Amino acid sequence: MHIHAYEKIWLAASVLLILFLLGSVTYGAVGPGVAMVSDTEPTIDAGALDEDERFSEPRVERVGENEYAAYVVARQFGFQPDPIVVPANSTVTFYITSADVIHGFEVAGTNANTMVVPGEVSEITVRVEEPQEYGLLCNEYCGAGHHVMEGKVNVVSQSAFEERTDGGDGE
Amino acid sequence: MSQALEGDRTFADKFPEEARIVRAALLSSFLALVIGAILGIIQTLHRTDVARIIPSTDYYTVLTAHGVFLAISFTTFFLVGLFTWAVVRSLDRPLLNTKITWTWYALMAVGMTMTGVAILAGFVDSIDMSADVLFTFYAPLQAHPMFYAGLAVFIVGSWIAGADFFRTWLAWKREHPDERIPLQTFMVLTTMAMWYIASSAVAASVLIFLLPWSLGLIDQVNPTLTRTLFWFFGHPVVYFWLMPAYLLWYTVLPKIAGGRLFSDPLARVVFVLFLLLSTPVGIHHQYLDPGIAEGFKFISMTNTLFLLLPSLLTAFTVVASVEYGARQRGGSGILGWLTDLPWRKPEFTGMMLAGLMFAAGGFSGMVNAGMNINYMIHNTIWVPGHFHLTVGTAVALTFMAATYWLWPQISNKPIYSRTIGLVQVVVWFIGMALMSNAMHAQGIMGVPRRTAEPEYSGFEYATMFGGFEELNIQIAIGGTLLFVSTILFIGNLLLTMGNPTVSGLADPLPPALSGPADSPKVLDNLRLWVGIALTLVVLAYALPLAAIIQRGGLLGPGVGTYPVWLAPLVDALANATTALVGAVGDASAALVEVVR
Repeated sequence: MHIHAYEKIWLAASVLLILFLLGSVTYGAVGPGVAMVSDTEPTIDAGALDEDERFSEPRVERVGENEYAAYVVARQFGFQPDPIVVPANSTVTFYITSADVIHGFEVAGTNANTMVVPGEVSEITVRVEEPQEYGLLCNEYCGAGHHVMEGKVNVVSQSAFEERTDGGDGE
Repeated sequence: MSQALEGDRTFADKFPEEARIVRAALLSSFLALVIGAILGIIQTLHRTDVARIIPSTDYYTVLTAHGVFLAISFTTFFLVGLFTWAVVRSLDRPLLNTKITWTWYALMAVGMTMTGVAILAGFVDSIDMSADVLFTFYAPLQAHPMFYAGLAVFIVGSWIAGADFFRTWLAWKREHPDERIPLQTFMVLTTMAMWYIASSAVAASVLIFLLPWSLGLIDQVNPTLTRTLFWFFGHPVVYFWLMPAYLLWYTVLPKIAGGRLFSDPLARVVFVLFLLLSTPVGIHHQYLDPGIAEGFKFISMTNTLFLLLPSLLTAFTVVASVEYGARQRGGSGILGWLTDLPWRKPEFTGMMLAGLMFAAGGFSGMVNAGMNINYMIHNTIWVPGHFHLTVGTAVALTFMAATYWLWPQISNKPIYSRTIGLVQVVVWFIGMALMSNAMHAQGIMGVPRRTAEPEYSGFEYATMFGGFEELNIQIAIGGTLLFVSTILFIGNLLLTMGNPTVSGLADPLPPALSGPADSPKVLDNLRLWVGIALTLVVLAYALPLAAIIQRGGLLGPGVGTYPVWLAPLVDALANATTALVGAVGDASAALVEVVR
């Protein structure tokens, strides 16, 4: 089969481009140790979240030095808790599940983004820096009221966070 | 086929019955296009808050219908029409039995009508029927059973169409035992083989899970499983839309440019690569899904990126063939030949602009495919921005532009106004450039797709260059231009249909510069390629599907209640499958670990 010389060069350049893209993603994940949403969390019963230790009372909890866990439930048409308040300069792991249909969990303008599937728990870990208010939205169509399904993620200063959690749901 | 055989008779002269079928299929396609365009403009003005003539809760009915009518009905009807033409023309023989042909056409039309009625009934409160589940129909959002049943009937119709093409080819093969498969027929057969593989999963999902569930026979389904089966089909289907456009770019565009296809063997290689690679990639739509291991996602990304290869090869071949045409017409210089192309022909300019947009769409597609950058844009309006470039322009604009060339061949009627045609394709290009540019930009700001009111009350998007409102205006203007372009296209075609029949419109296609004889015979061995394609599918999907079923069960995480008479059967089936899957899963656990 006859392949023109220019065609061969083009073919080689195409394969190099593909390998470069693969390499850059692999480095992006393995190098800095970025974890993707995966199957780390076991399935749960979407119909019985009120009996679940973590999701019966959606909340933010301190789990270590500067480390926090946020348990979030998405249901038609809102998020719990709302707002999700986390302290600045910390690492927050979100555990998100759905009580009904498939939702999305997207902190607008950031890469904190995951699908929320009933029966599954999405785990994403993010690093939060300065105090700032972020919009939280559902980015998967979930029913007639989908467009009102919004919330907030408030990153507040450490002191403001501690004041808030003095009520007792902190540690 | 050689010019001598074709003479100066058109397709319609030689195969009047087949031409009627092709016209019927194309007209069905264009009917879907008009409905889709009307829904499109309602949607674009609603989303951008320029004019909200429907309540936001009905927006999703509009969105579902827009997606299904354009992505399934418009594309597939055009494809079966075009493929009927391509098979009959390139084999130069009639179909075996047009009764069968009309049967599949009728099945597809009935199926699409059922699905369409189920969706559109969502507007009428007094009818207890709706299917506001969007094009992706993710369970556990449920549609009326007629929605799923209609889709199943439509897909079965498309399967019979494929069988029709294969049977016609086999009959030809008996008559020409030693000849290579003509290029267009080769493209049709590889595309349909890919379609059988891809659509089997969605058919299984609909028939085994979603339809029984919507009829109340089973209580629940496994949302991750049905979603994965959808995307098993949902990515290859985009190549099912694209491959007819490729067929036109390879076999018709070079002729219009004044030349011939550069290389027949490479065109075959490209179609074989699509057959092999387009199915084992669907999980790249699920990068952000919980319940699927990172390793499976990574494998899917690798396959996806290699799928760039046939598209990059196509870019080379199409440009090279067009350049050859320009030089035949006297063009010279490194870029000077570009001015020697027939830019006044709507069929040429339309297809070239479509190809240009496809390049842009390819770049945003590379972003989608990268599993890390995907976090930034997943489910934002970036994604519709991307596929309005690929299917919405590369495919749709190619179909419309090609119609200006094809319609006289299948009807013996000259196009009413080629000037209107030229304006139409350019307006489409400008409209899509505005709309999809703004969609991409908003997507990076985090504006979601699939929502009636993206402005939200509690927060604002971080502003960037242009700002949310300005981009909204771009989207609204772009969407309006697209609507205008569709109306121009349909109006021009209707006026064409009113033209008197004339003769002398034949425009036979020349053979490729480097013909089929230059390609290795193994390329025509369809059994081999289908076998490899199936193997790749099994490699890419067996483990993820096994893992999903093992995690959540066949019918979803949690215990469901079934009607008593069905319970033992369903339980036994679920248990047996879970056990089987478990065994497979355990046996391959080592492999999974490696993959992770």
